[in-house]
Amino acid sequence: MRKVEIIWFYLFITPWLVGFLALTVYPMIASAYYSLTDYSVLSPPRWVGFSNYVELFHDPLFWHSVYVTAIYAVCTVFIHLTLGLFAALLLNLRVPGMRLLRTVYYLPNVLPVASASMLWIFLFLPKYGLIDSILHQVLGVDGPEWLSDPNWALPALIIMSAWSIGSAMIIFLAGLQSIPAELYEAAEIDGASSFSKLFRITIPMLTPQILLNLILGLIGALQTFVQAYMMTQGGPDYSTYLYSLYIYQNAFQSFHMGMASAQAWVLFVVVLSLTAVIFKTSARWVYYGGLDF
Amino acid sequence: MIRAHRVRALSGFSVLIFGAIVFIFPALWMISASLQDNSQILRFPPSLWPHPFTIEGYVDGFNVLPFGRYFVNTFVIAAGSSIGGVISSSLAGFAFAKLRAKGKDVLFLCVLSGLMIPYAVIMIPQYLLFKELNWINTYYPLIVPAWLGLPFLIFLFRQFFAGIPNEVFEAARIDGCGYLGLYGRIGVPLAMPAVATAFLFHFQASWNDFLAPLIYINDNAKYTLSLGLAAFTSTCDCTPWNQLMAVSATVSVIPVMVFFGAQKYILQGITLSTK
Repeated sequence: MRKVEIIWFYLFITPWLVGFLALTVYPMIASAYYSLTDYSVLSPPRWVGFSNYVELFHDPLFWHSVYVTAIYAVCTVFIHLTLGLFAALLLNLRVPGMRLLRTVYYLPNVLPVASASMLWIFLFLPKYGLIDSILHQVLGVDGPEWLSDPNWALPALIIMSAWSIGSAMIIFLAGLQSIPAELYEAAEIDGASSFSKLFRITIPMLTPQILLNLILGLIGALQTFVQAYMMTQGGPDYSTYLYSLYIYQNAFQSFHMGMASAQAWVLFVVVLSLTAVIFKTSARWVYYGGLDF
Repeated sequence: MIRAHRVRALSGFSVLIFGAIVFIFPALWMISASLQDNSQILRFPPSLWPHPFTIEGYVDGFNVLPFGRYFVNTFVIAAGSSIGGVISSSLAGFAFAKLRAKGKDVLFLCVLSGLMIPYAVIMIPQYLLFKELNWINTYYPLIVPAWLGLPFLIFLFRQFFAGIPNEVFEAARIDGCGYLGLYGRIGVPLAMPAVATAFLFHFQASWNDFLAPLIYINDNAKYTLSLGLAAFTSTCDCTPWNQLMAVSATVSVIPVMVFFGAQKYILQGITLSTK
């Protein structure tokens, strides 16, 4: 009977296992190999050792795009964590109509990125766009040219990302609702202020969700592609040249498959190391006690 | 004390309302602009209420590129991959939650690793593989991978099945139910909320996907809505913003409807996956 169970286990996971081997394991090995070759699809890959990596580390555009991506990732993750938490705290109040408000805050995450990108191009139009109109009408200042100004294009993409804090917010909200009410009741009996309740109960109890949002946010931000592709094509003057766009262009516009694979592996190593470092340090600041898992 | 509490709740609530207006405004502006004529849109200052009210943007936008057709294409891809994703992932999720076998833990770690690997690392060999199969410019590369299991859905199903007490399955086994029956006749009917959640999750993801269709589809007639929208911008410098907003609204309408119709399931999925 036990043997039958094992056979059925493997039968049930067969579709996934086939996919895992053919569409994950094989491609990982293959791309590691391609990253050590010169490969333009038209002719077979030619072994070049580590020269793609050497060339990459001497490429100023590579470092520039790493820099742009790092700024984008740090800013968007910071915004998602802080504003997402702030919104979740407020949305956790017991007030009628709260469900509708939660929906409103989450709604931008539902829109296809292509639509959202188009919408934000429209909002960011110099002078006539909604944002510059409001700046002019309400504050009496002439807004920047946003996506066509090298100094403002990246900030524009970061501002746009604040529109999608809903994904982080909803995870925080789930966390907030699992904090036992007794903790607050006990603190109130001891006469704790709401400030100390926030910093001594709520935020420590939310550290698992902060960790989750930090990791999900970083992985997502480092791979951001559509906004740069649709809104700026990496410009003006490479000011929004996000790393994934560089990989895409190398792979599917210049057909430098070898170089693009090397770039992808650099990204993978960076993602892995960041996640590992965050997990390592998480033992010191994430509190799992008292929760049932 | 009570009063201070009220004041704080009230100020928090006003911040929320203000934020909600800021958040909903761009979406409303998209709808409003799609119903204006093009001369009105760029008038300064802009007016939120369409005057004159016209559906010209939709009519003209749909004439520039065959967006009706793109709508069908996108639907076929999203539905085809979601059905396959739910079948393959629920099978694997059931096995990981309820069957005992050697190597299970290691294999489950492999499932989870799939969530961590950036698409960029596997996209080039996948592309070359599908090219070998002559699948470029077909929907197979966008549908078939889902039939081979989706890590996030497997995780979701495992969480859900793990929450169903073992006694339910043991009782059925004593009554002579086979393993396929345990999955199909006991597990799946009990897991209908998870089925709905998983289906909707992947349907949204597939509908909104951009990079994979961009890589695999280069024939105009086979475009998805998102690709069509991106092509629309590059085909004209004249920028008829009412048409662009009309098309953007059309691309968003299904995901938004699905979200409103099935909010409960989607939020449930998020809660379940963070546990």
